[in-house]
Amino acid sequence: MATITLPVKEHEEVLEQEALITGSEAIAVACKLANVDVVTAYPIRPYDTVMQYMSQLVADGELDCEFIVADGEHSQFEIVKHASACGARVFSGSSGVGWMYAMEALTVTPALRIPIVALVGNRTLDDPGAFGVEHNDALSVRDLGWMLVWVDNAQEALDTALIAYRVAEDRRMFVPLAISCDGAFLTHSQSLVKIPAPEKVKKFLPKYNRGELLLHPDNVISVAPQANEDWVMEMRRQNYAVTERAPGVIREVYAEFERIFGRKYGNPFFEEYRTEDAEVVLFGMGTLSTPVKVTIDKLRQQGKKVGFVRLRWFRPFAGPEIAKALERFKAIGVIERDVSFGSPDLSGVVATELRSALYSNAKTRPPVLDFLCGLGGREVTVPDVEKITEITFQAASGKPQPLTQWIGLRG
Amino acid sequence: MSTLVETKPTQELAPFKGVKKVPYEEYFTSGHRTCEGCESAQFMRLVAKAAGPRTIVLGATGCMYVANTSYYSTVWGVPWMHTQLGAAGSSALGAAAALKALMRKGEIKDEPINVVAFCGDGGGADIGLGPISATLTIPDYNLLIVLYDNESYGNTGIQVSSTSPYGVNTTFSTPGKVKRIMHHRWKKNVAGLMLAGHSTCKYVATVSTTYALQAMNCVRRALSIGGPTFIHCLNPCPKGWDFDPEIAYELGNLAVNTGIWPLYEVENGVLKLYGKTRQIADGRYKRLPVADYLLKQGRFAHFTDEDIAFFQSQVDDMWNNWLIPGVIPLRKGAEEPAPATE
Repeated sequence: MATITLPVKEHEEVLEQEALITGSEAIAVACKLANVDVVTAYPIRPYDTVMQYMSQLVADGELDCEFIVADGEHSQFEIVKHASACGARVFSGSSGVGWMYAMEALTVTPALRIPIVALVGNRTLDDPGAFGVEHNDALSVRDLGWMLVWVDNAQEALDTALIAYRVAEDRRMFVPLAISCDGAFLTHSQSLVKIPAPEKVKKFLPKYNRGELLLHPDNVISVAPQANEDWVMEMRRQNYAVTERAPGVIREVYAEFERIFGRKYGNPFFEEYRTEDAEVVLFGMGTLSTPVKVTIDKLRQQGKKVGFVRLRWFRPFAGPEIAKALERFKAIGVIERDVSFGSPDLSGVVATELRSALYSNAKTRPPVLDFLCGLGGREVTVPDVEKITEITFQAASGKPQPLTQWIGLRG
Repeated sequence: MSTLVETKPTQELAPFKGVKKVPYEEYFTSGHRTCEGCESAQFMRLVAKAAGPRTIVLGATGCMYVANTSYYSTVWGVPWMHTQLGAAGSSALGAAAALKALMRKGEIKDEPINVVAFCGDGGGADIGLGPISATLTIPDYNLLIVLYDNESYGNTGIQVSSTSPYGVNTTFSTPGKVKRIMHHRWKKNVAGLMLAGHSTCKYVATVSTTYALQAMNCVRRALSIGGPTFIHCLNPCPKGWDFDPEIAYELGNLAVNTGIWPLYEVENGVLKLYGKTRQIADGRYKRLPVADYLLKQGRFAHFTDEDIAFFQSQVDDMWNNWLIPGVIPLRKGAEEPAPATE
């Protein structure tokens, strides 16, 4: 049989390709397409696979960037912070306590209006040193001015990384952005991914322009001088204004993504699955979407009207839109891989935020039950989700249920 | 280093030949609120003057951040950016890496730009030591890290750092009714650590603002030689050391003449003592007693004769028993410690 061989070199700029890659690799491919300038690495599982790929891309001459192996996560994020101030497009990342080790650098970056894009390969916080996924690492920066987005598959990881650069580097934003990929379940799992043509990426993603904030001898400015109560409130208000603008910018960028690449994400902030006629919905972030969707398909065959809303953007938290989407259901079951010790109702972070959003935005307020599940990387199983759905239906039928429950806990 | 490392050319900053040849232009100007007699501010001024206008300065948290760059009254005539307390090394690395990548990709003009990061002794010898050490192992970037050492966390209210001298009175080591000496550590030999541990670092120097011309020329040499470089400056601090500001200069002098603060440059591994330090080493100048230096400062006012004698014995040991006096504490004949002299 005759085969047609394409002269790849000539066409690779314009052709979309397909590859079997992991979530981490998808992010690395996006960084290559975004032509990043400075990358900093430090090993910690599971995010570090992305840096293995980055290192290989540099070694193979596929990516022209400064690849720096730092002496710790704090340095990782300080290095890219300063590189970005000098006009470089940057990438870094971490996991679990590594992310926490960088905390000081993470804290100062939004106030400096530095658009770092980072991967958090979500990992359980120590101790006891579990490798598996929990979301408390990335969530720890939720009040600091970072944008936070969760993805649940490698294609979405790649696309979201491209979107991330465009959103973060938009002059109306200029704040850091972390993409969360569930450790192991996404960072290490392969799937077929469409890799966009570089030519289209160029069209989608303009060059990073630091403008009047550029740190360069041609632009003599002092960045982050010391201020006290005389000016700090005004500075905080500026970062606050970024969060006010964020939903609009994100919507714009997704629309532009769809126009150029033809791949649709619909509502950027959350994905809805079989919600049209649902009576109750489950709500969660990340790869638990897989067992949840499988369970929903199964329960639907039994006539149970249950749907699922997967949250992508945690910051900004699209309160009004989420409330509008959820207020019509009879009960909501949040499944989450994090804990917020001592919080109201002793729930996780996601349920607490969701209740807050519904309280102020929803016309009717269905009961929001929280299910702490899949901690430490434990699998969220189909029986777990069945049980959660059953309890949520109980609440929908007016039988009061505990506001927070642990699911999948050993007896 | 290896020819496999692609480095950018540096600016060629020839030494200033005499004070009259030093340019008038200042890049560290008015607007700061440092103390009268502040030698750290003086050092900033010298570094900026020596480096010149094509420079990016990164400043770790410390007095030279808080007192120099109050919002709306920055002193800097070159681009400057605040960096976190422990990030002097990382900040220099980030800026230099960005410049290199952007120049290679044709995004900005390809030209030598100095990158200078400064830190205090807290930022350099304590919390930021690791990142500086890491940065000095990376041969790819031209950058200079300067440590201005006032031997305490001066900005936070004078607390002990790992470069604070033995026995010193700080707010974390105040003499009390039972314990006269609360700080038993000996000053960390930061320059020695840097030069011994980082063969990639082509230039390490110790300087004093009392010898301003030499200090500026060390900065110019560091910036010209390329790769990562390090300079450690001792800066008398009227607030923290408790002395009359008018003797700031004299204390810098005494630190050298008592042998407490040796002045040297190490260029490509070759050690060169300079100034009075060299004369001391050559036996042409007899070290002054440390008491001449200590007793001029309120921070040592609680010292007894015994404390002064101990301090003297440690300095004597450094000069008499170290294989390279004042630089590296490897000893001659370790099994038989030579008696302290003087």
